[in-house]
Amino acid sequence: MPEPQPARERILSRLRAAPARALPADPAPGGPVWAPPVHGDARLTRFRAMLEASRAEVHEAGAEDWPEILRTILAAKGVGSVLYAPNTATGRRLAEAWADAPAPTPALVAYDRPVEQVKPMLVERIDAAVTAALGGIAHTGTLVLWPTPEEPRLMSLLPPIHAVVVDRGTVADSLSAVITAERWTDGMPTNAVLVSGPSKTADIEQTLAYGVHGPKELIVMVIG
Amino acid sequence: MSAEPRQSDFTGKARIALDDPKLRANFRRAMDGLMAKRGAQFADPVEWAALRARGIAARAGSLARLPELLEQLERRCAENGIQVHWAETTQEANAIVLDILQAAGARRVIKGKSMVSEEMHLNAHLNAHGIATMESDLGEYIIQLAGEAPSHIVMPCIHKNKAEVAALFADRIPGQPYTEDVDQLTAAARRALRGAFASADAGISGVNFAVAETGTLVLIENEGNGRLSTTLPPLHIAVTGIEKVLERLDDLPPLLSLLSRSATGQPITTYVNMITKPRQPGELDGPTAVHLVLLDNGRSRVYCDPELRDTLRCIRCAACMNHCPVYTRVGGHTYTFTYPGPIGKILTPQIEGLDCAGEQPHASSLCGACAEVCPVGIPIPQLLVRLRQEAVSPTSTAVKGGGTGGSLMETLIWRATTLMFTSPRLYGAGSRLMGWFGHLAPAWLPGLDRWTRTRSKPKFAAKSLHRLAKERGYPDA
Ligand code: SF4
Repeated sequence: MPEPQPARERILSRLRAAPARALPADPAPGGPVWAPPVHGDARLTRFRAMLEASRAEVHEAGAEDWPEILRTILAAKGVGSVLYAPNTATGRRLAEAWADAPAPTPALVAYDRPVEQVKPMLVERIDAAVTAALGGIAHTGTLVLWPTPEEPRLMSLLPPIHAVVVDRGTVADSLSAVITAERWTDGMPTNAVLVSGPSKTADIEQTLAYGVHGPKELIVMVIG
Repeated sequence: MSAEPRQSDFTGKARIALDDPKLRANFRRAMDGLMAKRGAQFADPVEWAALRARGIAARAGSLARLPELLEQLERRCAENGIQVHWAETTQEANAIVLDILQAAGARRVIKGKSMVSEEMHLNAHLNAHGIATMESDLGEYIIQLAGEAPSHIVMPCIHKNKAEVAALFADRIPGQPYTEDVDQLTAAARRALRGAFASADAGISGVNFAVAETGTLVLIENEGNGRLSTTLPPLHIAVTGIEKVLERLDDLPPLLSLLSRSATGQPITTYVNMITKPRQPGELDGPTAVHLVLLDNGRSRVYCDPELRDTLRCIRCAACMNHCPVYTRVGGHTYTFTYPGPIGKILTPQIEGLDCAGEQPHASSLCGACAEVCPVGIPIPQLLVRLRQEAVSPTSTAVKGGGTGGSLMETLIWRATTLMFTSPRLYGAGSRLMGWFGHLAPAWLPGLDRWTRTRSKPKFAAKSLHRLAKERGYPDA
């Protein structure tokens, strides 16, 4: 049982005692009602363009050959170690395809233990991570990530490069459309993240710099 | 306890800031950039009007049901395993955070950006009790190294140019050479902070929106330090004002769009971090305990006044300060308290009291730029005028320190003005006298000196507009 909180009672009783007030009049009477953006046929083009505008790398690939394409991309960047989720469909596909790939193939490192046991490795020694995305949002060029026990939260955050595999069929028009279609109001996961590009900052003289805390590079594999 | 000066000294500080060409150049450049980026985002006036109407409805609707929604939020959070705490004052909030940290044996805290924690002076409180705090937002990290306070609510170190940051880093980060290369400076901060993230016992963050429907805390950012602070350490404490509640998850998309586009001119921030639960059985990372501290600090009093309640709609986008001709010239530190610019001018006097921040509502030309760009339509100029009135003749008990403003001179001038402007004869006589003798009045004349201290003495026309019109034979003059 939580302790009684006198502050809670005092705050709530002040708020409850406050006079009711009519909601403000529509600031744009007769004007258009806001509706979530719709992109129709242009959805994938928009998704790609918006992601690229925020400096993500976007590649299209087949459901079968994406691990090979990704391997070439990562190898060209000199990536030595890749964090992966061994118990997800994406992770399994990656491990299978890279098992007998020619050199240079980055070494796969499984994220399969609690963070407390692997913190120094995760924080300092991994070059890249590969995860799946639950879906995409065309309007803003956004990836929807729902980390799971099999694919933990820090994968998309700690390594300098994050590669995301997103199925083209899961790209929606807007965040509103995703919330409705996926029935988010029925219950949210521990953590959900929308990612729209690599980590960046403009805190020093409004000059854009990438990778200040999260990944410096975001690679998006649109498959299917 | 509070490290904050109790009295604002806007006039004195403004004079110093106005004489600092470097500071003025830093703000001018930054504000011009931010205004242009926001302008490009809202180039379509029809879309802007519709989206803003939706944003206003979401915030005003949530505020209208604030007490119920706070209880709903608390219930949902409890169901999800997030512990909710209530604090009436910043002292109470500081004590709650300290208790949680001490109970967990935490010695080192990593912080994501949070204006509410600035409002609480949380770092000073924790440091005084032997807990080290490290700011991780790049801007906050820079000003923490410099021992300064934020000068802008979105870009805290906007008052510094890169040469100043370069010198600071070379001085304070071991092994860091002097460089003005922004990429290298950013990389230096990443290196310096990685270890701090890994060794932190707890993370403290703010909250942008707390969704009552699902009990979800929404945090937006570009850097990833907020995600790290709320994911890597074993304990997460979020602090937020009680007004940040949203009724429904559906309110989020329009507000996210308004907030990111107004603040930095981005369609969406790089990360939108939605936290609903602590680490669940089987999950490999994330904090095992999450706490939410709801801070009142005067907000429930603001809420009691139906007109001033609009202050609480604010989503802290900073567009009002970016567009404010006063803020741009005097910078954020001139406002003394945590929130600068137009939002600060209406919020600070209500939270701290008109007796210590009563001059702030006057630091405005009432040009209305703030209200024009505010994505949630807060009528800032109207509220400034209301607060000016409350300082002299209070109409309700809602405003702390009401009736403490004004002076005999001010009262006399207003009385005389009212008399003149309500009597055509007196007005005619007065304006004629001004025309004849006004130029003889010395600049130091009491009353007139308030004007001439910072401006040249007005030149009185020989004939009033009214007389000129009459002479030209306008029939209704
Ligand atoms: S008052 Fe309006 S413009 Fe200013 S920070 Fe708040 S929401 Fe933004």
